[in-house]
Amino acid sequence: MPRHIDLISLPQHGGGPIWQFSLGRERLTAFARGIQEEGGQLLALWGSDDRHLGSGFTLHTAYLSSLGLIWAKTRLDGEKPLYPDIAHIFPQADRMQRATFDLLGLVADGAQDTRKWLRHAAWGEGEFPLRKDFTTAHPEAIDAYPFIRVEGQGVHEIPVGPIHAGVIEPGHFRFSVIGDRVLRLEERLGYTHKGVEKRFEGMDPAAGARLAGRVSGDSHSAFTWAFCLAVESALQTPAPPRAQWLRALFLEIERLVNHLGDLGYLGNDVALGFGFNQFWRVKEIWLRACKEWFSHRYLFDCIVPGGVARDLAPAAAKELVRLGAETRHEVTELMEVYEEHAGVQDRFTGTGTVAPALAARMGLTGLAGRASSQAWDARVQFPHPPYDQLEVQMVVERAGDVAARVRVRAGEVLESLRLLEAIVENLPEGPLAQPLPQPGSVCEGLGWIEGWRGPVIVYARLAEDGRLDRVHPHDPSWQNWPLLELSILGNIVPDFPLINKSFNLSYSGADL
Amino acid sequence: MASHLILAKLLRTGIVSEPAPPADPGLLTDPARLNEAILRVFGRAVVVRHIDAGSCNGCELEIHALNGPHYNIEGVGVKFAASPRHADVLLVTGPVSAHLETALRRTHEATPDPKWVVAVGDCAASGGIFGESYASRGRVENVIPVDVVVPGCPPEPGRILAGILAAVSATPRNHSSPQGVR
Ligand code: SF4
Repeated sequence: MPRHIDLISLPQHGGGPIWQFSLGRERLTAFARGIQEEGGQLLALWGSDDRHLGSGFTLHTAYLSSLGLIWAKTRLDGEKPLYPDIAHIFPQADRMQRATFDLLGLVADGAQDTRKWLRHAAWGEGEFPLRKDFTTAHPEAIDAYPFIRVEGQGVHEIPVGPIHAGVIEPGHFRFSVIGDRVLRLEERLGYTHKGVEKRFEGMDPAAGARLAGRVSGDSHSAFTWAFCLAVESALQTPAPPRAQWLRALFLEIERLVNHLGDLGYLGNDVALGFGFNQFWRVKEIWLRACKEWFSHRYLFDCIVPGGVARDLAPAAAKELVRLGAETRHEVTELMEVYEEHAGVQDRFTGTGTVAPALAARMGLTGLAGRASSQAWDARVQFPHPPYDQLEVQMVVERAGDVAARVRVRAGEVLESLRLLEAIVENLPEGPLAQPLPQPGSVCEGLGWIEGWRGPVIVYARLAEDGRLDRVHPHDPSWQNWPLLELSILGNIVPDFPLINKSFNLSYSGADL
Repeated sequence: MASHLILAKLLRTGIVSEPAPPADPGLLTDPARLNEAILRVFGRAVVVRHIDAGSCNGCELEIHALNGPHYNIEGVGVKFAASPRHADVLLVTGPVSAHLETALRRTHEATPDPKWVVAVGDCAASGGIFGESYASRGRVENVIPVDVVVPGCPPEPGRILAGILAAVSATPRNHSSPQGVR
């Protein structure tokens, strides 16, 4: 990494180390290369319209590095917002760059792929919803999208979606196949784009936290916690210790129930209905317990700016520890069935493989990354309270196939159960929340949380009156969707649902 | 093989399925549409097709839960189908994103009559937190006619099931007895 930069540590009370600095446009490429050579990754790329603040536009990039998260801000011209393409260095930047153009009109100069990404037909070419002067959309009639075609004898295309056959979010998949072997898969997403980022504008932080939690419902706690960290760091007001511990409790329950649900579905996808029913039975027990303890099965709105809105009662704490022990026993038993079942292992092993080298090059992240030797977990390398007192054990596999992703999930279930018990045991006393001050001037912050799917980042800027001026929520699915396209290559079409479920990526979280 | 482990586990677990909640006619938007003759044809065997019209995926989690062992929906005659052509009921979630408006309309058209639309979740009911914007058409009713609305963010599985059963139940609205509905 270039040494001649002035990194400023952000006040991250309760969050991992985040360093920010401004990076000249002309040095963006060299910096990205420096991060790559150091072994780091691009985590997120987004833009902001700063013209009402007496400036032009800003391109924000967030990198994972050995120092923590590096947040670089690159000022761009108000009239001609151009920046050099970085997708040739970090391929995961491609869709983020295209989305940033669709929503804000920032141009990645020299980019190979300049097709639209989030804009289908909802607003016209040359209209940019995230610009402050955007008023109404004028939808375009025709919505042509040039898919990349594979030609040759016997090759044909199978288009799937946007409405899928199962109970699943909408998107379009274009398979180019020969026989039933997949030669190419191209995704087209953006169908669930519902204007989330624009919706944040003008909200107060409390409403913003509720919206952040609904960016991707299955990652509710990760997004609200990251959002609250962003706002709290902007206002330099940390949440009280008890709240930090309870937030971790909510996040680990979220990880637990999502993994349980997916482990069940992975059984179902290889025709072992037993696996589905057993794992979903255990999951349902947790959901009902959450409803009883915290008034919501999926813990919606339990995390609020300044702290938490729900406490753990002593009776619930006892029950949680008991249920945790019972679940550990059940999951161990069920995983024995998966491991011993020849049919299951036959379908899991060697299916949907992402080799470690490819994962590293493409920035595969989160649980899928860890199943392909990408040993990053913010709770481990950069533990913030309460993780700094919990010694999280990272689960890493190297095969990169469905079987590896199943093992990572199972390992993380057991680790979350251990963490839950440790949190209950060491939960500090004290207030649940504290009021946030009015900012008085424009301020901004970044929050970074290791959600069950991977790293979740939220950027928030507040206006003088304390209302939200710009919010960008980033889901790890952005990085992982392109790898799903590659993991299916050489596999057969009927294996797609299984491979897809082993990643379980969010549509809503990336469509925004 | 793992059959001995599976059998042992099944014996220990026993049956966890619970009785279905009664249909909740209070969720109906227009009870007059429920034609008795049609109901006689269908009885209570109903095929449901889910459409995510732009949800946050929270509502989907609860629809998945319906398939779990506690709710036993096939036991009360409710079955999920892969195609709208096989469906009696469309279960629609989310505010309708502008990008899915056409797909939702087409799916509705592809569903044979008679058909019912159940709007699941606050977003489907009213647009929810996403409201109406350049990218969101808001509530499902803004795009296709809706027969039953199940509010909640997300609504619990029992409520969703009560909503599906309400759509195909002959119970008139003023019979309302929602006890047992979670
Ligand atoms: S009602 Fe709630 S859970 Fe359902 S889609 Fe809307 S925000 Fe998500």
